[in-house]
Amino acid sequence: MVKSENGSGFMSHRTEDVVLEVSITVNGTAHRSQVEPRTLLVHHLRENLGLTGTHVGCDTGYCGACTVIVDGRAVKSCSMLAVQADGAEVRTVEGVADGDELHPVQEGFWECHGLQCGFCTPGMIMSSVALLESNPDPSEEEIRHGIEGNLCRCTGYHNIVKSVQFAGARMRGEEVSS
Amino acid sequence: MYPPNFDYVAPTSLDEACAALAGADNAKVLSGGMSLIPLMKMRLVRPTTVVDISRIPGLDTITDEGDHIRIGAMVRHAQTASDPLVREHATALAEAAAATADAQVRNQGTTCGSIAHADVAADQPAAVLALGASMVAASSRGEREIPASDFFVDTLTSALESDEILTAIKVPKGGTSVYRKLGRRGGEADYPIAAAAVWVDAGNGSVSDARIAVTGVSSKPYLAAAAADAIRGSDGGAAAIDEAAGHATDDVIVLEDLYATVDYRTHLAEVYVKRALEAALA
Amino acid sequence: MTTSTSVMGGIVRRKEDPSLIQGKGTYVDDVKRAGELAAVFVRSPFAAAKINSIDVSAALELEGVHAVYTADDVRHLGPNPAQVAVGTLRPLLADGAVKHVGEAVAMVVADSRYIAQDGADLVFVDYEPGDAVIDLKEAHADKVQVHEGESNTLLTWAGNAWWEGVIDLPDPSPEIQAAKERDDTVTVSLEMVNQRLIPTAIEPRAVLADWRGGYESVELWSSSQIPHAVAGAVAGVFGIPSNKVRVIAPEVGGGFGLKLNVYPDEILVCFASKQLGRPVRWTETRREAGFASIQGRGWVGTATMTGTKDGKILGYELEAICDMGAYTHNFTVAIPLLGLFVAPGQYDIPTSYALHCVMTNTPTTDAYRGAGRPEAAYYLERIIDDFAREIGMDPADVRKANYWKPEDFPVTTAIGLTMDSGDYATNLDALLDRVDYEGLKAKRDAARAEGRLLGLGLSTYVEVCGFGPSALAGLGFSWAGYGLPTAFNGSGVVRVQPDGTCTVTIGTGPSGQGHETTWAQIVSDGLGIPMENIEVQHGDSLDSPMGVGTFGSRSLAVDGTATYEATGRVREKAAKIAGHLLEAAEQDIQFADGGAHVAGSPDRAVTWGQIAEAAYQPHTLPEGMEGGLESSVVFSPPNATWPFGSHLALVEVDPDTGDVKLLEYWATDDCGNVINPMIVDGQVHGGIAQGIAQALFEEAIYDDMGNLLTASLADYPLPDAASLPSFSLDRTVTPTDVNPLGVKGIGEAGTIGSAQTIVNAVVDAVSHLGVRHIDMPLRPKRVWQAIEDAKE
Repeated sequence: MVKSENGSGFMSHRTEDVVLEVSITVNGTAHRSQVEPRTLLVHHLRENLGLTGTHVGCDTGYCGACTVIVDGRAVKSCSMLAVQADGAEVRTVEGVADGDELHPVQEGFWECHGLQCGFCTPGMIMSSVALLESNPDPSEEEIRHGIEGNLCRCTGYHNIVKSVQFAGARMRGEEVSS
Repeated sequence: MYPPNFDYVAPTSLDEACAALAGADNAKVLSGGMSLIPLMKMRLVRPTTVVDISRIPGLDTITDEGDHIRIGAMVRHAQTASDPLVREHATALAEAAAATADAQVRNQGTTCGSIAHADVAADQPAAVLALGASMVAASSRGEREIPASDFFVDTLTSALESDEILTAIKVPKGGTSVYRKLGRRGGEADYPIAAAAVWVDAGNGSVSDARIAVTGVSSKPYLAAAAADAIRGSDGGAAAIDEAAGHATDDVIVLEDLYATVDYRTHLAEVYVKRALEAALA
Repeated sequence: MTTSTSVMGGIVRRKEDPSLIQGKGTYVDDVKRAGELAAVFVRSPFAAAKINSIDVSAALELEGVHAVYTADDVRHLGPNPAQVAVGTLRPLLADGAVKHVGEAVAMVVADSRYIAQDGADLVFVDYEPGDAVIDLKEAHADKVQVHEGESNTLLTWAGNAWWEGVIDLPDPSPEIQAAKERDDTVTVSLEMVNQRLIPTAIEPRAVLADWRGGYESVELWSSSQIPHAVAGAVAGVFGIPSNKVRVIAPEVGGGFGLKLNVYPDEILVCFASKQLGRPVRWTETRREAGFASIQGRGWVGTATMTGTKDGKILGYELEAICDMGAYTHNFTVAIPLLGLFVAPGQYDIPTSYALHCVMTNTPTTDAYRGAGRPEAAYYLERIIDDFAREIGMDPADVRKANYWKPEDFPVTTAIGLTMDSGDYATNLDALLDRVDYEGLKAKRDAARAEGRLLGLGLSTYVEVCGFGPSALAGLGFSWAGYGLPTAFNGSGVVRVQPDGTCTVTIGTGPSGQGHETTWAQIVSDGLGIPMENIEVQHGDSLDSPMGVGTFGSRSLAVDGTATYEATGRVREKAAKIAGHLLEAAEQDIQFADGGAHVAGSPDRAVTWGQIAEAAYQPHTLPEGMEGGLESSVVFSPPNATWPFGSHLALVEVDPDTGDVKLLEYWATDDCGNVINPMIVDGQVHGGIAQGIAQALFEEAIYDDMGNLLTASLADYPLPDAASLPSFSLDRTVTPTDVNPLGVKGIGEAGTIGSAQTIVNAVVDAVSHLGVRHIDMPLRPKRVWQAIEDAKE
């Protein structure tokens, strides 16, 4: 008769209360915080800094709902430790609008029905912002490849692509209509 | 998915990093973290110490060293994919980096990290094999160079010792190289089901030298020596390419998984060796 | 329909978007409560095992761990409630045995999720593994019993006897058999798998319970499509009145049916909060979603079609084994029944159906987008394509030759149900004309002549949705299974506030469908109050009117109608008040421009603010009129609705690798009247994407031991933007008469129409090589293998 146990039996390595201090500037505001080394950046943003616009949709860095821009690079904040972002400038969905004025990418998503349930949207917006900042006039194929690290279950991406096209045109100063 | 706790150090010099690695039991090197952190979240990897090398100056550059280019440990996939030196002298590596994962992963993950992780189905190991690159490993015991052909030992196992850091890749200049793949979601998307990188030195209707590497097919990325032998010295024509492709999986055990049977994957290896050779010799 | 403003039927930007695009939406995991604790579950690594013992002592010693619960602690609460309670209900925590990998065995509650996970690693369970049955055919043969002493086959839905004693139909088998024996007929048959899927809303499920001692009431935040039903279940389990349970479903990050269940974790966080006196949360991880939430599909069946060589179908038979998983959840055995409801599709054909509902040692299946109807459409539309190829007729022509005609409606189908309205040939022709079908066929043939493998695939479909008549409760589709007072109806409350703005409270809530916008359009259209002055509230089991929830493409047809009716009643009363204020006859009052005026005298006008002000000062009202300006309506339609449509795809297959590239996709759907075309198109886009995902990418794969090999998104490949094309959509409009809006429902149509469209296209691309069928998902290896096998 086979018997097997299920608990991994691993005692988590807990050096007496390892906490480190990190300084991270988020959307222009400097935050100094104490974190455990294992704290993921996304949990730091959501739970310590109260910025719940950045979402968690998977465990393995596939869905992109947690996408934020760190020092100008769009990254997945669920696959990054908060300590790795020490000293960095982080932009989240809460920081892309200019005061009351929506970012053109936000306008595009609203105008073109680029969201349904809205859960993937913050990450999708951050990837789109990063894409358009590096490639102001992407083709449909470049848009589709540019956001392939962000999964959406609602839209089939059809209107997301249109949203990014709308935003790109607006950022280039072109007349746009949905 | 919440990682277990660990000690974290972020040294600002290579010596400190090597010392930290040597002094810890079960330490892991963190560069971009695109492989390590998901494994830690799933608690499949439980290092007691994480040595973050991202704060060491000078590791994030690609430099022209005359007869070779040098890609530092903190060079991200996106940088490898777009860098003019890599695109010119190590095209297959640039193509493999561009075909790695997605934009965010390419922004954070590093080429050296992907090589050191030695996943059976990673893109860039095939390119460094085909390009005849060498790996620069540093430890508190000193520095050594490991040829790519000796670097990939087995699934998730490289020739690096536990106290060594892969600090750079050196890629010799010359020749023409290409990377072609079929990804798990079709096209180039996702990890390769099978992929090939080829490097050829060809001109005037003959192939004077060649290396052919295959990834996603066996328990490690490998050099298909018989395939390279078949194309080397040939006219690089269709018949020679077919002949070479037919040797794509000689002497390796082809793996079966959710995405491919042994027969299918064997066939795919041949198809992608052929496609890569056709592109390189076009 | 009245059209006093232009918002009805028009593209209106969504009211919910400004919040969501700025990251200000509130999903359950965004809610924070002072003193809250976090739970993590210990899950079984075995598909079938006895639990000899569970040692929680090491976990309890860990600093920051507050409690570890096992079956011993919660057995007294009974099993997890379900609505259609055929089969074995799931225990809240595994009680002495586990029946599938990932079944929850213990719950660890700690200061944070990180510490709770540390604690879970220290729970030791002594399992004694036993035999599991994973393969559906082996399960159907009762090779191993999932629940000892019980047949794995819970019941069989048979076409002519699906509701014994209520609907009596003649057995079609003799007629079909006679047709098969005729000399001028052809019979084709295919065994096909409609594989299991993991629904995968991008928001994992999340719950947060706050038990309020003293009041003995509980507030439960849950990412749910059915807050009222969850409230009923919680009340029943804890033996408290339903008005002591407030279930709040705030923003819900995608549902697709997986959040149409009452789950053990919803009950267990309430329990833990009650025990510990602190709020307790649990948020599913993606990997857990493969075990802790339901899955969809999972049929193995044989479809057989008999017809004449000139395309007249004389019989359709389907026998399938449908995977229920190891326990019954909310609707589990009812999902195949929904497929049976549309078994004959759009066709006037004798239909014989037998669906065996069979348990296996795997996680439970239940409703996933389409729920039974995509499976039914798949078998029917695949075999009709195969039949068309066999007799050498164009697949569009075969379909048209067998459709019900517009003049036949209302139609009583071979299953004995009545379809409301349809004009199938017009719909299909609209698609074929728009895409230049003959031109596409020529393009395909020209490419084929060059050795390229292009394929065209067509599917048409009929759906049943808009549930529904409350009489369905009598057929077992009732929340009364809980023995609790809860609803099977649509509801809407429309209230004009004293300042002339309007609040609409509804019994159904969105998980992306844009209820706030569509409902505001209905009310704005009826009252002439501008969209920006209308707020739509939902998702609170105490504050929202009694409702069923959002599923089965039902919200607009049922709850939308309730709101429409309530709007009409408010308008009637407002007309009386305006007439009184303007000293005019009620029937002369017209509503426009944010107020009311006397017909022909636009100067004799009052604003909504003035009407409402009067309404809330009863002494200013006409003699005998009650104060207030609101109406609450409950609506139950006389029938479900039956949308339909036609889909077409063009694919190219790489002959060397089997890689399928979807080049173009067209759809012409008919969901009756449309209130917001932008939202309707969006629903179709997403629905099509999920059907394509089934056809090309997704599959929940288990090994022989019952391990889910595809629990992470690395191995369960959702389509990304680069793997899909843009879609080309159009509509025909055939209104229903079962509700005054004439609307049918569109949430699931795209999914029901699309998977077989893709498979038909791929098979078309390789049929000349001798391939008749390839099972989904059409990953490169399968397509290549099929081509190889055909060479032999």
